[in-house]
Parts: sequence; C-alpha cells; structure tokens
Amino acid sequence: MRLDGRFGRFGGCYVPEILVPALEQLESAFLEAQDDPAFSAELNALLADYAGRPTPLTRCRNLPANIYLKREDLLHGGAHKTNQVLGQGLLARRMGKTRLIAETGAGQHGVATAIVGALLGFETVIYMGSEDVDRQKLNVFRMQLMGAEVIPVESGGRTLKDAINEALRDWSASFENTHYLLGTAAGPHPFPTMVREFQRVIGREARGQIIEQLGRLPDALIACVGGGSNAIGLFADFLDDDVRLIGVEPAGRGLDGSDHGATLLRGRPGVIHGSETCVLQDEDGQITDTWSVSAGLDYPAVGPQHAYLKESGRAQYVGATDAEALAAFKALAEGEGILCAFESAHALAHALELAEQEPDIAILVGLSGRGDKDVEQAQALLA
Amino acid sequence: MSRYAAMFDRLDGDGAFGAFLMLGDPDLETSARLLDDAVVGGADMIEVGIPFSDPVADGPVIQAAAQRALAAGVRVADCLELIAALRARHSDVPIGILTYANIVRARAGFMRDAAEAGADSLLIADVPALEAEPFTREMEQAGIEPVLIAAANTPDAALARIASLSKAYTYCVSRAGITGTHAAGEFDAGLIDRVKQAGAPPPIFGFGISKPEHVRAALDAGARGVICGSAIVDLASRHGDVARFVQSLKAVTRNDSVAE
Repeated sequence: MRLDGRFGRFGGCYVPEILVPALEQLESAFLEAQDDPAFSAELNALLADYAGRPTPLTRCRNLPANIYLKREDLLHGGAHKTNQVLGQGLLARRMGKTRLIAETGAGQHGVATAIVGALLGFETVIYMGSEDVDRQKLNVFRMQLMGAEVIPVESGGRTLKDAINEALRDWSASFENTHYLLGTAAGPHPFPTMVREFQRVIGREARGQIIEQLGRLPDALIACVGGGSNAIGLFADFLDDDVRLIGVEPAGRGLDGSDHGATLLRGRPGVIHGSETCVLQDEDGQITDTWSVSAGLDYPAVGPQHAYLKESGRAQYVGATDAEALAAFKALAEGEGILCAFESAHALAHALELAEQEPDIAILVGLSGRGDKDVEQAQALLA
Repeated sequence: MSRYAAMFDRLDGDGAFGAFLMLGDPDLETSARLLDDAVVGGADMIEVGIPFSDPVADGPVIQAAAQRALAAGVRVADCLELIAALRARHSDVPIGILTYANIVRARAGFMRDAAEAGADSLLIADVPALEAEPFTREMEQAGIEPVLIAAANTPDAALARIASLSKAYTYCVSRAGITGTHAAGEFDAGLIDRVKQAGAPPPIFGFGISKPEHVRAALDAGARGVICGSAIVDLASRHGDVARFVQSLKAVTRNDSVAE
C-alpha cells in the first residue's frame, strides 16, 4: 500500500490475505485517477449532467431560519450515495472490471449501484439481508428494473452487516473481474479515504454556497452518521476551520438499552469489516445487533475517520432517538414542504434542538436523502 | 523444541494431517468428544476455531458451525477450557487456534491465556501480513507461534514478510475464495516453491481438502501437510464417524502411499 490508511489508531486493512492484492490494485487505481485530469473531467460531467450537481443550499423559512439544508435529497437516485458510486464505477471501468457487487441495507446503496451498473454497463449483483428484502420490496424491484440481481442473504441476523460479510466472501473469489463497490466510508483501506474523497463534493459546494448566502462560514455542521459517508463528505472541507462538526448517531429506543446503533457513543474499539474502529460488541468481541427506525443507520460499526475525529475531539457525536427523528421528519414536511429520509431526520432533530439553544448561530445540516422510501413506514408510525 | 517442529521430525518426510473443528459446536460436551475423535483417527495436528459472529473468511459450513456454537451460548473462556482439556489428554499434538481479530482484541491477555491453555499457534483470519506485526509480537512474547496465510496471488514481498513474522507452518491457499471452496483437486506447486524459496515455515495446504485424492495431490504439489476443515465439520454436523474419516485421509499422507 502506498498510503498508510490510518486515522490515528483507527483504520487499516484487516482482510484475509487473499484480498490484499485487490485492495492494493484499488488504491493504485484511485491514486492514479486522482492525478488524471481526464478522470475528474468525466466524473464532474456525470455529477453535473447526469446526477444534477450542484445541489442547492436551502435556508429554512418556517423552521428556524438559521438552519441551512444541503439538499442531497435532490440528487439523482435520491441520496448522496450517487456521488460516490459514480466515482467507484469509473474506477472499476478503469481497472478493467466487468462486474460490480455491493451490499445494501434499506436498499439505497443497492439502488445507487444498480444505477451506475446500468449507466456504465456492468453486470451488477446486490447482496441484501433477507429480512431487508422483505421489508424493502420496492427498492428490490427498483434494483431489478435497472438490471441488477438481488441476492437475499440468509446468514447471521440477515441484515446489512451480513450482506457485507457475503459481499466480502464473493469478492474473495471474484476480485479478478469484480469490483466491490462498498457503500460507505468504512471497511478496509482504501475505502474510507476513497469514499470520503468522492463525497467531499458535498462540503465543498456547501462551503461556497453558505459564503455566498451568509457572507461567512457556518458555526456548526450537522450530519447523521451510520457508516458515516455523508457526514465525512460534508465535514472534509471544514476540518481546518473554526466550525463545530457534529455527527448524529441513531439512539433508537434510547441509549441506555441495547436498541440503538450509536457506535461512537456506546461502542468500544474493535475490528470489523476490514477496519479498526468503534464497534458495538459484547465482552467476548461478538458483534451485537443494532436497532434504528432508519435502516441506513442500523450498523454496528462506523467509518474509522469518525472514530478518530471523536477521539481527537475535533468532532462531537450525539444521539437522536427514533421519536426525535420522526418528529423532525414531520416538522420538515409541515414547515418546509420537504420529505427527508429518516436518516437525515436524525441530523435535523439535533439541529432543531441546537437552534433553540443558540438562536444566533448559523447551522448547516446535511440533508442526505429524500424520504419517499420511508413514507410507508412513516404512515404506520405516525398514525 | 516446539510441538510443530517435533511433529515434523516425527513424521520424517510424511505429510502432516491437520483436522479442524469449531470449538463449542454444537455444544461443549460434543465438541470435546469430536476433538478426541480427530486425534484417535490419527490427526497429527488439531486446528480449532473460536467462533466469531462475523466470519468473513469462512464458507457456509464453518459459518454455520460458529453460529451453532454461539447459539449454544459458548464463550471464549469455554473455548480456552476445551483447549486446556484437550491438551491435558494429549500432551504432544500441536494445537492451533484459528479466529478473527476482534475476538483477540476484545480479551486483554488473549495470547497469554491461549498459551496457558496449551495452544501452540494462532492464525487470525482477517489479519494479513500487512497488519500482522503488532499481533505476532504479542504472540511471541506469550510463547504462541504465529501462523499466516499465503495465497496463490500473494506477491513475493508479502511472502518475505510472512517468512519473517510467522513460525509454526504457512497456511497455503491454492484457490481464491473462502473455506470450503472446492479446489477441484488442484494444488499450486508454484506457490509451495515460492513459500519455500522465501524461507517461510513449512507450507500446509488448507481450503478444498475433502477426499484422499486431494490430500495426495496437495502433498504431491510439495506441501508438508494438509488441513481439512469444512469436510470434517460437515460430517460431524451430520453425526458421521469423524475418527474413521480422519483415518481415511491420514492413510494417504505417507510418502510412499497412493490415493485409491
């Protein structure tokens, strides 16, 4: 490896030996592409003309007006995921791969991967826990419509974590013609670095937009954190500024019990899915089950850079419960006419709280995705 | 002399047969009996898995075994006791642990406890040579011999690292994939040559050993031994005769033997 792939003591490349050459090839391709103007030109053109970048920065009108929303919900595909699947798709093509595999929880990353698979002409296989396949039938059909094959995973708890395990197993035998298009800024090096770089566009745009609208940087950035790709993409261009960075974890039914996914707030350092990071686990090191109303945050680990940003004190991490997220989801719909994803509602929930405590500060919220996928669940929960 | 070195001496050029079982599968009592069956059947070395909830290097058979053990409430401390009891019954057979990084990290003094229980080696499936050094250093201090994996696609630079960091044997993987992957009886002699050239510990083939002809093919490719895992675990889960199965595979490890 050319980079060390560490964020303080976190990160690294904890995979079976057989996968190391595939990750080395990916790192080289990524570093070479970064130096290749033709690569950035093609990626930027796709981001603009296909995916719809730049996305707007919307100042709230009826919710507290010191809240600004970075509208990744308006991106093609309905979430920030599209930014990085386009980047990885182009890299896969550059490496001569013909097949993409990916894991998905609620289906958003699976849909994004199916999009790039259709666009760039890959055979696409999506691993999805069989529990999730049952819960997210519409997203399964979306993926299939775009030509992807969805394989239900029956092992373990049959959710996102098990889908990642299965994708890694597939890749162990298929890396010669297959790229594993990991969905977040987690996993083994180079994924956390590479996915952050492909998501950096969120914060870079937001920075220019807030300066234009407000004449200065915001006081705080707030984003939800599951694996943490939208948060790290928003934070990346602000790390050296005097701006508060706040990540919001899913507190589920409350942080005191076990029904949450608050990895940074309640986890311990450990090694899972290729990376040393914070992990929800029992005394023996067995990974524990998580809960969140939002499937996209329902993951027992987190990107290693967030573990580092927490430990170094540069970023602060808080929790929002299912109920708080749901209230924020409703408030945004009623106040601004925007249906956001349950994931993004976690960030908004904390923003609303902070706006009340400190009405004079400017708060920029990463609205990572749209809420169409959650409407049915919202109907049941809000009834 | 370490138990592995003594074993290779005893074998005097014959192939070593390693039997793998998941500790605590399907429960502690049965697991202890299966370990004995493997020794009685003639296994030269015993490899034991400590179950992990997310075994990414394992195929369906070993995954299911880990799940059964965890569902039975088996803890890491129970696994160490199983090892200690096996060691008490069989003083010479080398015992190697195969597990995952998070299990090792979660328990302060894991290496020391494993050594005290009587384990001889440790292979951590998700720690490649690239990340191995802090782990192997701790193993050496505790008196556990590190084992690393060499695959057909492992470059020479990594093999050199494996040679400098590992001890007991080199776990060689012929085909890309996970445990239980069928190697179709093909074992890469080129990999064995490269492992030997790098000066790494004796090469032993794992992955895809389920029949006597596989054992013979692996040894003919130059390996000093084989490890059979999924086939034994699968047989045990179907209440088959593990001792007899081990005996049938061990039978073809003599230098002058031919697979039937």
